[in-house]
Amino acid sequence: MSRALTDRAIEHVVLERGEVANSWRRERWDSLRLLTPNWQSRLPGYPYKGADPDGFMTMPEVVAHIAGFAAASAAPVRTHTPVASVQRIDGGYRVATEGGAIRCRSVVLASGAANVPHVPQLSQAVPGRIECVTPFDYGNPQRLPPGGVLVVGASATGVQLAEEIRRSGRPVTLSVGEHVRLPRNYRGRDVLWWMEASGVWSQRYDEIDDIERARRLPSPQLVGTPAHATLDLNVLQAAGVELVGRLSAIRDGRALFSGGLANQFALADLKMERLLETFDAWERDRAPGSALAAPERFEPSRAPAAPRLSLDLRSGEIGSIVWATGFRPEYHWLELPVFDRRGGLRHEGGAVVGAPGLYAIGLPLLRRRKSTFILGAEDDARDIVEDLAGYLGGRAAS
Amino acid sequence: MAQPAVNTRVNNGVNVQALLDAREALKDAPAAAEFTWRATCKWQKGTHARSTVRGFHGLGAEQSHKTEFSFETDHPEVFASEDLGATPVELVLVGLASCLTAGVAAVAQNRGIQLRSVEAKLEGRMNIFGILGIDSDVRNGYDNIKVTFHIDADASKKEIEALVAQSQKRSAVYDIITNPTNVTVEVV
Ligand SMILES: Cc1cc2nc3c(=O)[nH]c(=O)nc-3n(C[C@H](O)[C@H](O)[C@H](O)COP(=O)(O)OP(=O)(O)OC[C@H]3O[C@@H](n4cnc5c(N)ncnc54)[C@H](O)[C@@H]3O)c2cc1C
Repeated sequence: MSRALTDRAIEHVVLERGEVANSWRRERWDSLRLLTPNWQSRLPGYPYKGADPDGFMTMPEVVAHIAGFAAASAAPVRTHTPVASVQRIDGGYRVATEGGAIRCRSVVLASGAANVPHVPQLSQAVPGRIECVTPFDYGNPQRLPPGGVLVVGASATGVQLAEEIRRSGRPVTLSVGEHVRLPRNYRGRDVLWWMEASGVWSQRYDEIDDIERARRLPSPQLVGTPAHATLDLNVLQAAGVELVGRLSAIRDGRALFSGGLANQFALADLKMERLLETFDAWERDRAPGSALAAPERFEPSRAPAAPRLSLDLRSGEIGSIVWATGFRPEYHWLELPVFDRRGGLRHEGGAVVGAPGLYAIGLPLLRRRKSTFILGAEDDARDIVEDLAGYLGGRAAS
Repeated sequence: MAQPAVNTRVNNGVNVQALLDAREALKDAPAAAEFTWRATCKWQKGTHARSTVRGFHGLGAEQSHKTEFSFETDHPEVFASEDLGATPVELVLVGLASCLTAGVAAVAQNRGIQLRSVEAKLEGRMNIFGILGIDSDVRNGYDNIKVTFHIDADASKKEIEALVAQSQKRSAVYDIITNPTNVTVEVV
């Protein structure tokens, strides 16, 4: 965002509560690598220049990459400056920090889409002897208490943690709700190459039928490993992870799981196939005699014959629960009436509704399907600066 | 906001436009979305009972079916009953089947798929050691329910599979059966 503002010579400061790339420094687990390939971590005018464009960055590498970009674009970042409040004032906003307040005409919320791990209400009924762990405090399998592990949630975080905990020798049960299945590679290319090249990732928010649903779509079951391995539910089952349905209640110390697992599998398989068909159609139109490998179809997700419907949390079988149930933004400091009844920020393509001059970036499908990915920032930032400049210009003229 | 264009060439007898409009309207009126469904049941004799439904609450007001509907339940003769109606567990299958079938029609209409016939066969497996109290490890209810759809429609096999999957995703009865529900029973 800062880079796009600089490109238009719009004076600004960037307030960061920690350091540049703070979330990548402090809020990720030890083994995490990006699930996007290195070449996709390009930032405006700052491509990946390393030796392994198809590889996946470790966290120190991501931090170095983003810090390098901040330095290269001389972003006016004030680190260790948490924003305590944003209030509306005449002609703009008042942004309070420990070191004093800033008055400005426009504010861009670039505070992230994943500030807090979301843990469902029903977790309050978990018996006390079980340790509850979120992705923010997980670290690595050695830090979990002894015993089996129930991982709740089978999106990117859940499948990655379930795999690594299982590999460390623990019994792992994975509770699977709605999920997005993807192969790592398709027709010899990384599946995220397809997402970008075919234009699926650039699909705009105002071209999508049910935008609210699309914005709640879970992250894809992908992992970035040197082996470029697929990490779907078949792989996890082969590794000995027990699959159960969506966690629907905890009653009398028992976790109760939905009996609808087979349909979750069917929905994810169908959705994946439709996506692959979209890729194939695009490739056919683009390159009729395509040099890429022929279309492939993947084995259906193997639904366990009779998945367990309940698990006694007091029997000692389970020592900890990892809540891989998504992340949410956190806006307690945003003192403005701009939220919907579920606490979500109300915005139209990043322009916050009812708050002229207030913008957001980096939220799910903000303007495009790629809005929450590193490579998605460039196009969204350009569009938002366009709006923002218009707003400032209009105000100046009036 | 963009809404799926309703296909008017296809007619499965479902007013999808009304459903989509209701969906939009209810987003801004969450209280109206709170429904209460009711049934009453009167014991007749033996295991025979008669249940009726008529009124329900929704859209912020009392509502009513056009007429009262009535359901006879009993047990078959192998249970030494008079067999004056379906067993309650069969009615559960009926509820699931009819909910999924209505869902298939609605989703097909929304997706522009003309249906010619839809037939569902249901089988619920149950070990009656549970209800007879012979083995406390055997549950009373079904341990498995199998639904088999035969659908004739202007659509590919994949599209039909997607209809059926989406219908399960949006089905109330499917949810009621696959997930636990708190039930309170009082005597007054
Ligand atoms: C586990 C996980 C894995 C991911 N993996 C990938 C991946 O492989 N590839 C990919 O492209 N994307 C990935 N993402 C998405 C990723 O978060 C985004 O691509 C990218 O980090 C978003 O950048 P951002 O600047 O919008 O948000 P963030 O990186 O979250 O940055 C927001 C910044 O705002 C600061 N901040 C928040 N509140 C305040 C405040 N009140 N005052 C001052 N500062 C504040 C934070 O400290 C933080 O530094 C992943 C996300 C998660 C959670």
